[in-house]
Amino acid sequence: MSEIAATQPQTKRWTMSEAARDRLINFVSPIALLLLWEVLARVHLIDTRFFPAPSSILQTLVAMLETGELQRHTLTSMRRLAIGMVVGGVPALVIGVTMGLNSVLRAAVDPLISATYPIPKSSILPLALLVFGLGESSKIFMVAIGVFYPIAMNAMTGVREINKIYLDVGHNFKASRWNVFRTIALPGAMPMIMTGVKLGVGMGLVLIAISEMVGAKSGLGYLVWNAWETFSVDQMYVGLFVIALIGFVLTLILNEIEKFVVPWKR
Amino acid sequence: MSTTLVTKTADTTATPPAADAKAVLPPAIRIQNISKVFGDFVAVDNVTLDIAAGEFFMIVGPSGCGKTTLLRILAGLEKPSSGSYSITTTPGSQRPENSMVFQGDSLFPWMTVWENAAYGLKMRQAPAAHIKEVVGHYLDRTGLTRFAKSYPHQLSGGMRQRVSIARAFANDPEILLMDEPFSALDAQNKLLLQEELLRIWEEHKKTVLFITHSVDEAVILGDRIMISTAQPGRVKTMVKVPFGRPRNVMELQREPAFGNLVHEIWTSLREEVDRARAQIEMAGK
Ligand SMILES: Nc1ncnc2c1ncn2[C@@H]1O[C@H](COP(=O)(O)OP(=O)(O)OP(=O)(O)O)[C@@H](O)[C@H]1O
Ligand SMILES: [Mg+2]
Repeated sequence: MSEIAATQPQTKRWTMSEAARDRLINFVSPIALLLLWEVLARVHLIDTRFFPAPSSILQTLVAMLETGELQRHTLTSMRRLAIGMVVGGVPALVIGVTMGLNSVLRAAVDPLISATYPIPKSSILPLALLVFGLGESSKIFMVAIGVFYPIAMNAMTGVREINKIYLDVGHNFKASRWNVFRTIALPGAMPMIMTGVKLGVGMGLVLIAISEMVGAKSGLGYLVWNAWETFSVDQMYVGLFVIALIGFVLTLILNEIEKFVVPWKR
Repeated sequence: MSTTLVTKTADTTATPPAADAKAVLPPAIRIQNISKVFGDFVAVDNVTLDIAAGEFFMIVGPSGCGKTTLLRILAGLEKPSSGSYSITTTPGSQRPENSMVFQGDSLFPWMTVWENAAYGLKMRQAPAAHIKEVVGHYLDRTGLTRFAKSYPHQLSGGMRQRVSIARAFANDPEILLMDEPFSALDAQNKLLLQEELLRIWEEHKKTVLFITHSVDEAVILGDRIMISTAQPGRVKTMVKVPFGRPRNVMELQREPAFGNLVHEIWTSLREEVDRARAQIEMAGK
């Protein structure tokens, strides 16, 4: 007994909680990778034409920030992404939840969605350019399409997986159609909808990058593509880095939103 | 058997003048020849039943004998295959016809205790001040005031059932339909909630239709007990509970008369439980 009591404080000093350890690893591993990359580039063990040292990429990034070029491209892409998410996401939410509630609408729309879903969204780009031209609308359309499918499908599944007893309760307490939608279907499907939103945002980011590579004069996709054409590899990496950063930050934001709209999930 | 339309009467005009009004007070619930068939499976078979206003009416019967089905019909969640029922509503009142306490967990996980309890009132757009007062009252009566902002997953099973009961009572329906609300609880919690339910019920003496597996519970709570046959569910016997009110559950259980009545009902029910089991074994072969 006394032995255990004596050793415990000591072991405590040397161990840390699993969460803390994982967070440390999360933080250390990318830095270690960057350092390794830097070293390998400096001693020319990797081809710096394709893999320029992180420090030189950083210099380019700072230079682009100073001219404001990077901010311009980033904001353009973000604006397209935001508008596309609303244009695609809001109808997806309404259609998906309504499909979950209404078997007639589901029977009518589900085949359309199932049939068009497997088409790689990027392959619609030529069609989008044809219909919407080279301007903003074709980019927004592409994001909207990417966001639409996962949100609509998850919302529908989410509603259909709501335990029937909740709908019985709504019925018994004389909830109107609108109230069934608002107080049962929507919150009940919210966990699945949030998963759909995350998938959709990821898809939207991919599609905005791709559609800006064709027939655009601005945006991060354009930046990356242009860097290839002019062989400014550093700029290409800056573009890729900012796209990744946007994805990362959006994930963080969405996780917070999820905690806020689904406070009842353990 | 002919199919008749479900009639819902807002019945007062039929009541004769005040002199003998007491004698012919219309039943709160009138069930006439209700049957329910799922495919070729008869769940409820020709049940006819009058339940008086203010009566605490119990149904006991073996599992699968159609108790929930009958309740769901009265709640308007299921249509009878034949037969009809009527529920007498207070003339000129905005009160809903019925509220159900469901078998099993039925609280919305995405709403707090308060929001769950207020659901019925909110759905019928009661004034906010009224909702606040009524919900506050029932949360207080069920000892949940401290948990008003909690979500159901943060509560124990007994507390969740209390919220279900508060939700039904707060809605102030003409009749209460309760489907085995305490069956998932341990013995101690069950006793507490039975006492609580009786106390709350004494406030307004609403008409209650209460389903249970437990003969003890039927005798503790009820004015009258219907014993249902095994599938297909029919009325087997009606038993009047002679004990007065308000009842003290602990005291009541000690009385010899209580034990005798429980035994009597058990004997009758036993045949049906055995039959139900035999049916299941037959189906298994
Ligand atoms: N929607 C349905 N479709 C087909 N069969 C059903 C349906 N609902 C109920 N049944 C059947 O009807 C019978 C009666 O069901 P019910 O739920 O009313 O029984 P119960 O008396 O409430 O049983 P328990 O005491 O176990 O709750 C059961 O055998 C059940 O399988
Ligand atoms: Mg049942």
